[in-house]
Amino acid sequence: MSPTDLAPQEAVAKRSNARAVNDFSLQVATVNGSGSQTANLVLLRSIFQMGVPVSGKNMFPSNIAGLPTWFTIRANKHGYVARKKEVDFLVAMNSETAKEDVLTLDSGAACVYDEPLKLNALRSDVTFYPVPFDKLVAPVCSDAKLRRLVRNMIYDGVLARLLNIDMGQMEKALNKQLGKKAKAVTLNMAALKTGWDFAEKNLPIQHPFRIEPMNQTRDMILIEGNAAAAVGCMMAGVTVVAWYPITPSSSLCETLITYMRKYRMDKETGKATFAIVQAEDEIASLGMVIGAGWAGARAMTSTAGPGISLMAEFTGLGYYAEVPAVIFDVQRVGPSTGLPTRTAQGDILFASLLSHGDTKHPMLLPASPEESYSMSMDAFDLAERLQTPIFVMMDLDLGMNTWMSDPFPYPDKPLDRGKLLDEATLKRIGEWGRYKDVDGDGIPYRTIPGDGMPAYFARGSGHNARALYSERADDYVTNLDRLGRKFETARAFVPKPIVEINPKASIGFIGYGTSHWAISESRDQLRNETSVETSYLRLRAYPFSAELIEFFDRHERVYVIEQNRDAQMAALMRLELKPEHIAKLRSVLHYNGLPIDARSITDDVLAKEGHDLVVHHREVPDEPGGEAGVGGE
Amino acid sequence: MTMTAPPPGKKLNRIGLDLQPYRGSKTTLCAGCGHNAISERVIDAFFEMGVDPRRVVKLSGIGCSSKSPAYFLSASHGFNAVHGRMPSVGTGALLANHKLIAIGVSGDGDTGAIGIGQFVHLMRRNLPMIYIIEDNGCYGLTKGQFSPTADLGSKLKNGVVNDLPPLDTCALAVELGATFVARSFSGDKKQLLSLLKAALSHRGTVMLDVLSPCVTFNDHEGSTKSYAYVKDHDEPVGDINFVPVFEDITVEYEPGSTQEVTLHDGSKLYLKKIGEAYDPTDKLAAMRLLLETSRRGEYATGLIYVEPDRDDFITLLNLVDDPLATLPLERTRPSKAALDEIMEGLR
Repeated sequence: MSPTDLAPQEAVAKRSNARAVNDFSLQVATVNGSGSQTANLVLLRSIFQMGVPVSGKNMFPSNIAGLPTWFTIRANKHGYVARKKEVDFLVAMNSETAKEDVLTLDSGAACVYDEPLKLNALRSDVTFYPVPFDKLVAPVCSDAKLRRLVRNMIYDGVLARLLNIDMGQMEKALNKQLGKKAKAVTLNMAALKTGWDFAEKNLPIQHPFRIEPMNQTRDMILIEGNAAAAVGCMMAGVTVVAWYPITPSSSLCETLITYMRKYRMDKETGKATFAIVQAEDEIASLGMVIGAGWAGARAMTSTAGPGISLMAEFTGLGYYAEVPAVIFDVQRVGPSTGLPTRTAQGDILFASLLSHGDTKHPMLLPASPEESYSMSMDAFDLAERLQTPIFVMMDLDLGMNTWMSDPFPYPDKPLDRGKLLDEATLKRIGEWGRYKDVDGDGIPYRTIPGDGMPAYFARGSGHNARALYSERADDYVTNLDRLGRKFETARAFVPKPIVEINPKASIGFIGYGTSHWAISESRDQLRNETSVETSYLRLRAYPFSAELIEFFDRHERVYVIEQNRDAQMAALMRLELKPEHIAKLRSVLHYNGLPIDARSITDDVLAKEGHDLVVHHREVPDEPGGEAGVGGE
Repeated sequence: MTMTAPPPGKKLNRIGLDLQPYRGSKTTLCAGCGHNAISERVIDAFFEMGVDPRRVVKLSGIGCSSKSPAYFLSASHGFNAVHGRMPSVGTGALLANHKLIAIGVSGDGDTGAIGIGQFVHLMRRNLPMIYIIEDNGCYGLTKGQFSPTADLGSKLKNGVVNDLPPLDTCALAVELGATFVARSFSGDKKQLLSLLKAALSHRGTVMLDVLSPCVTFNDHEGSTKSYAYVKDHDEPVGDINFVPVFEDITVEYEPGSTQEVTLHDGSKLYLKKIGEAYDPTDKLAAMRLLLETSRRGEYATGLIYVEPDRDDFITLLNLVDDPLATLPLERTRPSKAALDEIMEGLR
């Protein structure tokens, strides 16, 4: 394998050079395992602290050390946080990818590189800044073993100077990133300073990219979606967690463990109000969750596609035995060695219909850390309300990348523990049957072991309303139809879509999850560059609600924008839409493993709408025209 | 559930219940199936030990064996899980409520083939659960194929000979960390009942492999899991006498003739020597016994291995005393100050 087989580079369209202050993307190309993550996060955090909207996306290989990795930081005064295809500023630290990294830059870009790589000969339309990293690091760090790490902080110093990033903010960010490790802070500060001094003395600035202070990030936090979901689970009162390590979901449960150990130990006894078990595989993870949910716990697991595959049978059992369970699917691409560290929205169809027989499952579709937090709480309430497995469909981009967010509000609702049978209810309803539809909403009353209420025998689909074993045709149909009613009930309980109707628009966009950020930006591009107006419906859950039908009614063409090859969400819609709606359905699909970007959507939509593909991009005005606000919804 | 007072004259146990809540629905297994005898012993053991059925969860996988939880303890919650994955469901249930008493019933295919992974990790964790394998060496519900406990050279009804060595679930359990490992025979009422009662006094994983002949598919000449073969090759390692903690009985015995084992709840097991002296607290002796008897084509039965004092999985998790499932909101949702502190750390 050539190291550049891992490259995230794409051919990009020609674009204007008119961009400069608080509007550019920077890419750091390093080797994984070289400790560059700290330097990259310090850089990102410094820009954030200067009040400039920023996002960070790590494109890393499935490997511990030695393969190329790219970290992209996008600063954008309008608050656009989606991935941007074009790299404006490259930091080339990896000899193996440097040449290709430079050759794919746009004209007008800038590049800081490790001097011995001699990249300046490759292009005449790129501004080059050679930095002798090895020479600079030696006096700063006497320990040869640490040099490899400290060297990264030198590029931070160089960039601080070249991009006008405040050194005081760099220091603050460094302290934040390294915590209480005073020695490390001192060492890294020296490296930062060395880089800055070198740049000041030797590198006259010849590029237009600059960070100027703004006030767009006041009170905001920086967080990964997985960590946000972990906080949500803790606040939702989760009591049983079973998981199996898998990229990109591991950090969800790992962060949860850290928080739970701090905030969920009983104050009087010092004992845990939770159990977290690293199971032997994903089958056992979900088995434990199903067992715990059946016995009354708020139970969850988190995984990625391969784990979802293994969970198919238990999910079906959970559906038919009607057991609450919360399953986080932090989506990534394909099975086995299939780009496990790259993002996708590729499990939508699979998860929604997971298992054999007639099964379908509610899914929540968070787009931001704030929704990862709030929907984690929603998921537990829904699981117990609907007595069924609930999927929270995240993806690698949301789960593992760093996002700005408003701080999370303290939950103001009590927990919804759903229909648990108690003495009063028993008196009211008379005879109890575990799977009897007393209220007409398809949701029966349940009891849990040890609660003193009547016991029942849980099993798969072969039972009657009293939970007795039955293979009778009428019992089976009755049960299946009630489960169908329960799914109809779910439509009213799941989070509603966010709909923005533009009266001037004849076309509508539908998106979900992380695609939201690129969609919002694309809508602004369309409006500002071509005067194409769009409406937008952002799905936040499956099953769909009535708003979806109305949206189709209102528009001539509806583009479902998603990050998979087969238009999976659109396929789910086709199962429910009428032929006249299906006729309006179009798809914009992005599935190269990298987070979707606005330009790809814009170009695809314009092509499908029959516009001239050679677009003359106008400069984006200072005020964003659309809804691409900073933070969550 | 509300259990009405039993009519006068009925035999009551120490918590005042008659047999009814300990019984199950009518069996649908074949007449003469060993599994039914095991269900009877479970009913007797739980009744006689005075276990509150409302605190019991019954679990199983898939197969003939796994149907049997429906045939005992009707007042208990039950969960017929998926094939080979009952241990994880049981684990989850006990995490949710560690006050529950869990009994799982599996089969030799459900455990030894599809479920071997979960079996291994259940044993490793020493989860406090009684795990019974109703072991007949074949897949009954799919009409008699060999299972992984079928012995080398054993014959199917149609003459096919098994040419793979068997898994010894007891040897595996001892090796993997189960703290109560026993083997019995569905036809040995006294031994099985004593072992089940002792199991209820143990805290940790009880792995009880019960040879339970399949009368329909594996009870013929040439099978090593037939009634006739098991009866002839059953080698009890000692005569078991179980004295529960709530019975004030002192057992007198000649020194050197009997080994006394005190179980977790204070109940005692008296193991009277039959042939050679056997110490069930000696792990190496247990492995030697299992290897030697299997080499001779015999089944060592009785208490193979016991380790009464090792911490079980729930203890290791350091859980609060109240069941996690029913903890109130104020104990499971951290304060606003806690959330604020987390948010501050992310600024």
